[in-house]
Amino acid sequence: MSNKRIDQPTGTETVGHEWDGIEELNTPLPRWWLWTFYACIAFSVVYVVLYPAWPMIDKATAGTLGWSSRGDLAKEMSAADAARQGMIAQIAATDIEALPASPELMAQAIAGGAAAFKVNCVQCHGAGAAGYQEYGYPNLNDNDWIWGGTLTDIETTLTHGIRWEGSDATRVNYMPAFEGMFDAGQVAALTSHVLSLSGKATPNAAGATLFSENCAACHGPAGAGMPEMGAPALNDAIWLYGGSEAAVRKQILAPRHGVMPGWKDRLDPVTIKMLAAYVHSRGGGQQAAPAAEPATDVAQAPKAETDG
Amino acid sequence: MADHKERDWSGALGSAAPQPAPAAAGPAKIELYEKGKTVHNKRIDGPFRRFKWLVMVVTLAVYYITPWIRWDRGPYAPDQAVLVDLAHRRFYMFDIEIWPHEFYFVAGLLIMAGIGLFLVTSAVGRAWCGYACPQTVWTDLFQHIDRFFDGDRNARARLDKAPWTAGKITRRTSKWAVYLVISFWTGGAWIMYFADAPTLTYDFWRGEAAMVAYATVAILTGTTFWLGGFMREQVCIYMCPWPRIQTAMLDEKSLIVTYKDWRGEQRGSLKKAAKNPDAYGDCVDCLQCVAVCPTGIDIREGQQIGCITCGLCIDACDKVMKDIGRPRGLIDYATLEQCEAEAAGAPATPAWKALLRPRVFIYFGVWGAIGAAMLFALGARTHTDLTVSPDRNPPFMLMKDGSVRNAYTLRLRNMEARPRDMEVALTGLPQGAVMWTEAVSMDNAAPVQVIAVPANETKVVRAYVMLPPGAAADSFSFRLTSLDEQREQDLAETRFAMPGNE
Repeated sequence: MSNKRIDQPTGTETVGHEWDGIEELNTPLPRWWLWTFYACIAFSVVYVVLYPAWPMIDKATAGTLGWSSRGDLAKEMSAADAARQGMIAQIAATDIEALPASPELMAQAIAGGAAAFKVNCVQCHGAGAAGYQEYGYPNLNDNDWIWGGTLTDIETTLTHGIRWEGSDATRVNYMPAFEGMFDAGQVAALTSHVLSLSGKATPNAAGATLFSENCAACHGPAGAGMPEMGAPALNDAIWLYGGSEAAVRKQILAPRHGVMPGWKDRLDPVTIKMLAAYVHSRGGGQQAAPAAEPATDVAQAPKAETDG
Repeated sequence: MADHKERDWSGALGSAAPQPAPAAAGPAKIELYEKGKTVHNKRIDGPFRRFKWLVMVVTLAVYYITPWIRWDRGPYAPDQAVLVDLAHRRFYMFDIEIWPHEFYFVAGLLIMAGIGLFLVTSAVGRAWCGYACPQTVWTDLFQHIDRFFDGDRNARARLDKAPWTAGKITRRTSKWAVYLVISFWTGGAWIMYFADAPTLTYDFWRGEAAMVAYATVAILTGTTFWLGGFMREQVCIYMCPWPRIQTAMLDEKSLIVTYKDWRGEQRGSLKKAAKNPDAYGDCVDCLQCVAVCPTGIDIREGQQIGCITCGLCIDACDKVMKDIGRPRGLIDYATLEQCEAEAAGAPATPAWKALLRPRVFIYFGVWGAIGAAMLFALGARTHTDLTVSPDRNPPFMLMKDGSVRNAYTLRLRNMEARPRDMEVALTGLPQGAVMWTEAVSMDNAAPVQVIAVPANETKVVRAYVMLPPGAAADSFSFRLTSLDEQREQDLAETRFAMPGNE
């Protein structure tokens, strides 16, 4: 570096490089900058000792403080859980039919249920709880309830499931398959009669006779259904497996039976209660008042015990 | 007298201007870094000084007292006249209450403040810098404290150089203690704008206020102590962008503080002038203009970035001129154009004539138009608002009897500081359409519902609308009416989804 020299106008040494007559001055870094830089180095040394820093084969060095972002999250989650405990205990202590009387508690229960619904229920019933007709997953927003739509009914369904082998108290029923029992004309007449109950076809006498002999025992003479044994109403606009003639005929000949798991072993009773509140709040929930429609009268019986 | 065409303004460029290197060889070095020199400005009295006192008292009073003004807004809103309630997202200013969605009012105020600075600059030059800027006001305040503890200019300069005796240490500590008290008070007043002042003061001293309050006070105490106590004019000269912007806005028609060199030069003492009257101008080179300058510049070097146009040098020079019996105004507010004309022999123009220029009126017009538009918008705004978002999943719900139900999330906004009942009605739906909400059961479904909305809040309501079997619709409106004497209305159009039109 023989080219180093003192630059006349500034009195600063050059670094010795020269490009087409342009030279670079060896200007020192400002002192404040240097000290900031040294402070950063000192800080990084302390940081490396205290916190996770060096990446190793499987994970980074742990640091002496034992801090981790996972640990932070766990702490925040347990703090949030602890903050919820009061509300959870209150819901646990409140009878489910008494929940709507306290709007604040009901709102909390609905919010908790909405969260649990997103984790446990959307897989079959959909994010909007509207179900999937092609698979027979029922819509939970409407006011048609195969097994009853009061808070208690919904809670029972959630706890024990439907045709679920894991619980003795599960809701179970089977509709016999009529494949081979009727000839084609009888099937057509019966299908037409079933559709006529909701005004979708014209009534016919042959179908009516077949219906009263084979179907009315469960579905009722007018097809109003029987929620206490899970016989769906046939005189309304809602069809679990579809309301076309083909779908109804298929269901008469080879009925499908959906299965819903009970949640008593997977969710705690408070979560189930909150889920029931959420499903009930979707717009079709039924009141448990005695003055409800006749079809739900019998559904009061088991609830009377829990109320008492 | 020097020809005005050849006036040399090179002094305005400051000491960093290139100087010819000495011919002698060796490490002749230009200092690129100039160490700050403390400015010890001399006490002066005069019209501009008194005006500066007045502005200082008014601005400090506004700053410290405003948060303590009470303003009755009824039981549902805070009673502080000016309050930036960040926690509840409200901005209160006397009778005006701004919600976050009306932030354009604040943006408008900021735009008005910006154009206001342009307006002031085009009318009276750097008057903001000279009188009203917080940096100027607090610097002025701290310089008076210096004078109170250490005496006037010369005494202060002597004390700076004096060794650290017990007396100097006492003076310095007590002075800095007063600095600190003022700085703390400045930071303390700032947080009062963001919470109820009496409550916050009480909590603050009991150690129960929010951490952010203590942090804010600590930071503002530090910056006031440092910027007001020590940085002072260096903030204006090196840190503040505004002087740079103003240099771009000033022209030969702008009002500035200027030294009338054609009258002052050649500078000379009274004695010299007495001997040779024709060779000397009015400036007696007494340096009083330099002594009183709060930023430590020599105005006789011409317009420069360090000049905040506070006019104290005018006071100083006028006083000297009066004493020696020469006409006032050797240093005065004038435009460069007026100076040129005067130098060429025209009679002196009153400074206020500089105000009458199109630029001033255009800025004032724009500024006033924005202000008027905002006032109109404030007066015409409604305190009731409804927004609707339909449920998308599922878009509609078929009920047992074939009715079709849609669900909506309604947001009812009540911007008044009292709870109000609001009526939500369905319009544009066929006969038989009903609605109900989470709070109103389906049994009580009706075409009209009345919802109580708490004071100063947006109430979120989930509402269901149902059409009887056979009826069809694809769009309709919710009409919101406040059930009070104002009967404010808002209409929110939305869709109605049905099988076939989803």
